[in-house]
Amino acid sequence: MKYDAIIVGAGHNGLTAACFMARAGLKTLIVEKEDHVGGAAVSLSLTPGWTYSNCSYVCSLLRPEIIRALELPKHGLQVIPYEGGAVFNSKGDYFAYLSDHDALRRELIRHSPRDADGYERYARAVMRQCRFIKPLLLRTAPDPVALKPRDISELLFILKRFHNLGAREMAETVRFWTMSIAEYLDQFFETPMIKAYIAGSGIIGTGLGPYSPGTAYVLLHHYMGEVDGAIGAWGFARGGMGSITQAMARSFEASGGEIRMGSGLDRFVVRDGKVRGVVLENGDEFEAETVISGMDVRRTFIDHTDEKELPADFVRGVKRYRFRGSSGKLNIALDGMPSFTGAPKDASFLRGDLHFLDDMEEIERAYDDWKDGRWSASPYVDFLIPTQIDPTMAPPGKHYATIFVQYAPYELADGQWDDANREAFAETVISKIERHSPDFRKLIVHKEIRSPKDIEDQVGLTEGNIFQGELTFDQLLFNRPVPGYAQYRSPIKGLYMCGSSTHPGGGVMGAPGANAAREVLRDLGHRIDMGLSA
Amino acid sequence: MNAPATSAARPVPVPQVLSGLEPGPFHDRLAALNHQQAWMNWMGYASPSVLDTVEFEYFAIRNQSTLFDISPMCKYAIAGPDAEAVVNRLVTRDIRKLKPGRVAYCIWCDEDGQVVDDGTVFRYGPNEFRLCCQEPQLSWLEDIAWGYEVTIRDVSREIAGLALQGPTSCALLRDLGLDGIESLKPFGIGSFDIAGVALSVSRTGFTGDLGYELWMAPEGALAVWDALMAAGRLRGLRVIGYEALDMARIEAGFLLPKIDFLSAQTVLRADRAVTPYELGLDWLVALDKPHFNGRRALLELSRKPPRRKLVAIEIERDKPAHNALVYHRKSREVGMVTSALWSPTCKRNIAYAWLDAPYGQTANDHLWVEIYLQKEIRWQRRMARCHPVEKPFFTHPRRTATPPAEY
Ligand SMILES: Cc1cc2nc3c(=O)[nH]c(=O)nc-3n(C[C@H](O)[C@H](O)[C@H](O)COP(=O)(O)OP(=O)(O)OC[C@H]3O[C@@H](n4cnc5c(N)ncnc54)[C@H](O)[C@@H]3O)c2cc1C
Repeated sequence: MKYDAIIVGAGHNGLTAACFMARAGLKTLIVEKEDHVGGAAVSLSLTPGWTYSNCSYVCSLLRPEIIRALELPKHGLQVIPYEGGAVFNSKGDYFAYLSDHDALRRELIRHSPRDADGYERYARAVMRQCRFIKPLLLRTAPDPVALKPRDISELLFILKRFHNLGAREMAETVRFWTMSIAEYLDQFFETPMIKAYIAGSGIIGTGLGPYSPGTAYVLLHHYMGEVDGAIGAWGFARGGMGSITQAMARSFEASGGEIRMGSGLDRFVVRDGKVRGVVLENGDEFEAETVISGMDVRRTFIDHTDEKELPADFVRGVKRYRFRGSSGKLNIALDGMPSFTGAPKDASFLRGDLHFLDDMEEIERAYDDWKDGRWSASPYVDFLIPTQIDPTMAPPGKHYATIFVQYAPYELADGQWDDANREAFAETVISKIERHSPDFRKLIVHKEIRSPKDIEDQVGLTEGNIFQGELTFDQLLFNRPVPGYAQYRSPIKGLYMCGSSTHPGGGVMGAPGANAAREVLRDLGHRIDMGLSA
Repeated sequence: MNAPATSAARPVPVPQVLSGLEPGPFHDRLAALNHQQAWMNWMGYASPSVLDTVEFEYFAIRNQSTLFDISPMCKYAIAGPDAEAVVNRLVTRDIRKLKPGRVAYCIWCDEDGQVVDDGTVFRYGPNEFRLCCQEPQLSWLEDIAWGYEVTIRDVSREIAGLALQGPTSCALLRDLGLDGIESLKPFGIGSFDIAGVALSVSRTGFTGDLGYELWMAPEGALAVWDALMAAGRLRGLRVIGYEALDMARIEAGFLLPKIDFLSAQTVLRADRAVTPYELGLDWLVALDKPHFNGRRALLELSRKPPRRKLVAIEIERDKPAHNALVYHRKSREVGMVTSALWSPTCKRNIAYAWLDAPYGQTANDHLWVEIYLQKEIRWQRRMARCHPVEKPFFTHPRRTATPPAEY
């Protein structure tokens, strides 16, 4: 069978690209190895009555322009913001990050009046960086090597924005993109717990510690999203993150697209340097002169492409591209709402993201364990109970806890990621939570444990890296994934990339998918408005 | 000393009526929850505009359940052998088709076919109606009822009302033992009790979502409130203020008197009054029924295109077009926006606008709104493309599903 375009992988980026293809009137097919769509944005029911957001669990980065252009609300997507969050320390105190600005200020003052002022300075500094980077998200990064006219105009666009910052800000921006989150926060805050709360966003998903250079950018990557115009706000997708990709699949099908699930890509068919179609593991063959891969760059070119078809420097670049899985995930069904010894009764911040930490050093020690090939003895956790807000994921009165764990290595120094080690890993996490929530353990009805290895095996994210590759400066913008190939094209004509391995990177954002679609449509000579004006 | 033996009148001093906002039947509970201390004036009652955060209150409407005090509504009991005839004379819909146990959304007009108000008509029995609306209507009703065998009473203060709206609202009422609530259809009325207090429950509301309105005697109001709040813990119930409701009502396609249009009875400038056709409410006018207020004029008006129209528009980009003027080809002024909202559920920039004919009717292209944005003290003018769309902006199958789903 012949299609105008085939998309490999029904992750949210593959789906986004596919939606735009179908909307442009192309006969479009998606092939997905699993028997459900979503990749790392998925909701599955593993025990009756409960639905988990098995991988990603909170939403902010998904570009509003994409939500609107693909009419995702009409197809069932609803994003609900959540209220703040908190960190509990071992001494029984907490710092609550409250969404009400006046309340937050009072809470900051409770810890340190100086930090209350520092917070305003910090918020402004980060917001400035957001203003700088946001317009770059839905644009193709310029290629400073090729310097075609469009690259020059894009470079000028960036330089102009950069220049608008003013001399001091320019220096600040360069520092920001390369410095560590710990050093960055030390400029504004003195309270260890407050720094620890904010620093979490700088290390989530990376193989870096809070004192490693480059982590300030990772914070920005988590801050540049929005919910209804509130920059930096996070929300739940009603029904779990899978409802995002379900809505995308419906939007795609409404435009006439076709999805085939249950058999993965075996290889791309390439002839004379041009892509001709795909062969699936079950032997099915489909033809198309445009094939877009939503898999990460290593899978796409090392596992599924004949190396002979690729220039050596490109292959070297792909092999050099770093993944480094560092995160695990626990999804837990609870028989009731756990109590937290440190929290006042009915505290609203329990509806947000919770952490159990004393200071940034504790995160750094957790990172040290990872470097040694062990999961952290005292891990950083991002713990949420979405069912306090979302009535659809557990029966009334029962709850679902999503627990993101940093750090867990892809390869263990001692042994394999077998059931025993998975259990031991979960036990480390649960016993840490138990110190702050004594009834947590006995409320557990069911749990799903995912190591980086499981994430690789089940979701297809190489080494379990949640972003399809590290978000370090050397792998961003025109360097993502490989210098000279940052514009979604590959050395093979007609074969494109649209996953998080491409600019602007990982997270449930959709920007790589939309940008790739724009480049493909341009190559095909379609001059259509994708409806993405902000 | 003896008391004077005279029988001269000993005046009992009548206290002066209070000034300021009056506490309604739920005031004690609302005041305890009103962390923002934000009240607004609704028919002289203290009505919360926001209790905590508009955003979270709004999302509770579309995700869980919400409670909003609607006691300040004007309510009139219309009863007697001629009640049906009187109501049918008042409203433009054919009320004979409204069965007992049902509610109808209605408008009513003056003799010139100009809209006086909108509201809901509840039919409790063959000869028993209640009218709920925003503006006092007693004398208007009495004028219409003159010569008919009917009694009209202002029962506004005798009935407390609560709007319970949101996807989990049916489940919440079921948890409270309201047997059969799940078979109540949209616009249906049923009798139940909560905490020993008799209630009339209608499946109606102003949010376009699944929801109910609960009507009770003020004496039982707090007991009902407390029972709802207790049951609501499992269903995510949240008390909301007017601002959140206003967002939902714009999405749901409901118009608001005094905001989107003015009552013919209150305008000073004659051309400010509006017709049902201009409001796009043609479907509420039953020209085929016998005489009713405004019929002759409406017959006439129905034959020609309205001179202007209130239309739903969608605007590009994300800044709400509050108070914006509408232009054709960016130059000619052709209308104005009355209500505007970035819809968090639809993720669209939506508004209602009055457009002079033929715009919004036969000419729908090249329309722009002029939005003023203040960015760090400096004002910016932005022309944004817009185009008329169908109302409502938000619909969801759960609004009408019977029985409703759990959420
Ligand atoms: C545990 C975890 C938690 C996270 N938390 C968050 C969060 O809270 N918020 C957030 O914004 N981001 C989060 N992320 C990151 C985010 O989920 C990912 O960056 C994003 O979903 C990646 O999307 P994608 O479409 O680029 O790739 P993927 O989602 O990886 O999609 C790739 C698709 O390709 C398919 N595939 C692979 N191989 C083949 C083959 N051979 N043939 C056919 N199909 C194939 C896969 O099955 C998959 O469907 C998290 C990630 C993880 C793993």
